Amino acid sequence: MNKLIIPDLLNSLNSILPEIVLSLTLVAIILSDLIFHKNKKLLPYISLIGLIITFVFLINQFGKSDAAFPVAAQFSFLSLDPFSLFFKVIILVSSILIILFSVSSKEIESGLDRHGEYYGLIFGMIIGMFFMISANDLILIYLSLELLSLSSYILAGFVKTSLRNSEASLKYLIYGAASSGIMLFGISILFGIFGSTNLHEINELIRTPAATQLTFLISVIFIFAGIGFKISIVPFHFWTPDVYEGAPITITAFLSVASKAAGFAVLIRFLKVTFIDSLTGNGYWQLIGYIDWQTLLIIIAIITMTFGNFAALWQDNLKRMLAYSSIAHAGYLMLGVSIFSDQGLIAVLIYFFIYMFMNLGAFYVVMLIANKINSEEIDDYRGIGYSLPLLGTTLGIFLISLTGLPPTAGFIGKLYLFIALVDANMIVPAIIALLNTVVSLYYYVRVLRVMFLIKSDKTVSVNLNPLNFAVLMFMVIPTLLLGVYFSPLVNFAKESVQLLGF
Amino acid sequence: MEVGLNHFLVVSTLLFSMGIYAIVTRKNAILVLMGIELILNSANINFIAFSRFGNFGLQGHLIALFVIVLAAAEAAIALAIVLNIYKTLSTVNIDEIDNLKD
Repeated sequence: MNKLIIPDLLNSLNSILPEIVLSLTLVAIILSDLIFHKNKKLLPYISLIGLIITFVFLINQFGKSDAAFPVAAQFSFLSLDPFSLFFKVIILVSSILIILFSVSSKEIESGLDRHGEYYGLIFGMIIGMFFMISANDLILIYLSLELLSLSSYILAGFVKTSLRNSEASLKYLIYGAASSGIMLFGISILFGIFGSTNLHEINELIRTPAATQLTFLISVIFIFAGIGFKISIVPFHFWTPDVYEGAPITITAFLSVASKAAGFAVLIRFLKVTFIDSLTGNGYWQLIGYIDWQTLLIIIAIITMTFGNFAALWQDNLKRMLAYSSIAHAGYLMLGVSIFSDQGLIAVLIYFFIYMFMNLGAFYVVMLIANKINSEEIDDYRGIGYSLPLLGTTLGIFLISLTGLPPTAGFIGKLYLFIALVDANMIVPAIIALLNTVVSLYYYVRVLRVMFLIKSDKTVSVNLNPLNFAVLMFMVIPTLLLGVYFSPLVNFAKESVQLLGF
Repeated sequence: MEVGLNHFLVVSTLLFSMGIYAIVTRKNAILVLMGIELILNSANINFIAFSRFGNFGLQGHLIALFVIVLAAAEAAIALAIVLNIYKTLSTVNIDEIDNLKD
């Protein structure tokens, strides 16, 4: 038995090469921070090189589907499938963008002597998310979720002297630690019922109705609470506005895209792998009927998007408004998950890919303007459309795309989502989501109105260096292009719905 | 009377409930963190009791070791953050830390 394990482990190491490169980069960052502690300029370069090498190894895994670190004949700790590859690509692209954001952020610049910690902890978050996405085992999910959380608690309070940074990090810590503790308690009960924490094994065991139903229900709801905290759906959303407003803007952007993507990947894998009974011919997932997941998720999704959109109407701070808008987007994505079909999953993947560009873009423009005027209040954006035409127009494009109006990419994301909903005969949720989009138009356009229709006697000027311009274009062009030419993205998403074993 | 699985489960559920109670009612950040530690430890008791009485081998013990290490890391980070809050605001009362509000 023992002899057989070693070659398995060596093979498994081959399939986690991207994660190994990320860990080595983390070590390189710490070493370079120690050795060249006078010169902090090297750190972003090391991070970028590490991320690009990771990307190369990740592309090598394209189309493969294996299990790494087997525990028994047919169960494994990690699953490297096309589904996890898609989410890893989202995380890597957003990480590269966040590193580029950090180079020109004034907030991050102010803590220059602690840059080693900053980039190191960002890599801690990335490693946590990578393992979370492919984890097949509840304990591995819990540990990687904590690696992600612990790193982000510190990063949320990176500027130690700033009052709102410290407050954001304390609030994030208390909500996060409590919900992950509850999740761990749920896992412990599940372990008691089945004697295993492997999702595939639990799936085989719940096919026999021996499981005590009430205990099982409670433990699953506890685990759902832990994941729900990460993607900030409604009963677990209280931290989101405060943390997003208080944290440094680069970290806010990272939390709103990458950590949400990892949370959704875990949620989809947990629901699909644990509860699936069989796939019907047209791609609908037949779930094992202890819990009516579909009704539960639809109700949560509708409450989430309605709450997010209506709360965003009253916000005066742009960062806080984007926080509520990200809650609303979590609601749309949740509705896509609740279809429980391959078509719904494709819609979620497309939506997420587009959401990454438009949401990061909006945060980037807010950051560039805040670097200059030290404020994110919407009232301070008066006349910005005239004094800063480029930034004003790009922010406008991102906000219109977040609303979901053509010809931007956001429209395509919403279109695929609504088609999937209508095909699954979920007409009422589709109409509610459509009405929510109309509500969201009000607060996104309000920013445009302040920027372009109200004159201001103050003129602001921001000098964009070539890097800023390139990063901005890297997000504007996909936002516009994917609105008219989206078939490559759709094909990529269609190839990525395959989870290991299904 | 023999001590069985149920006794352990009662203790762990009590600890869990006390942890939740502490998180919800305490105003002092340190006491809230102690509540979180109680929750983690109640899960640990569950893991070990299940693996001892359910004949699941040593898997539960191993998980408990991981959780203990994690709880230590979390406590270290949490105390650092609370210390930083105390330096800037001279208070650790959660109700008074409310600058970020609508």
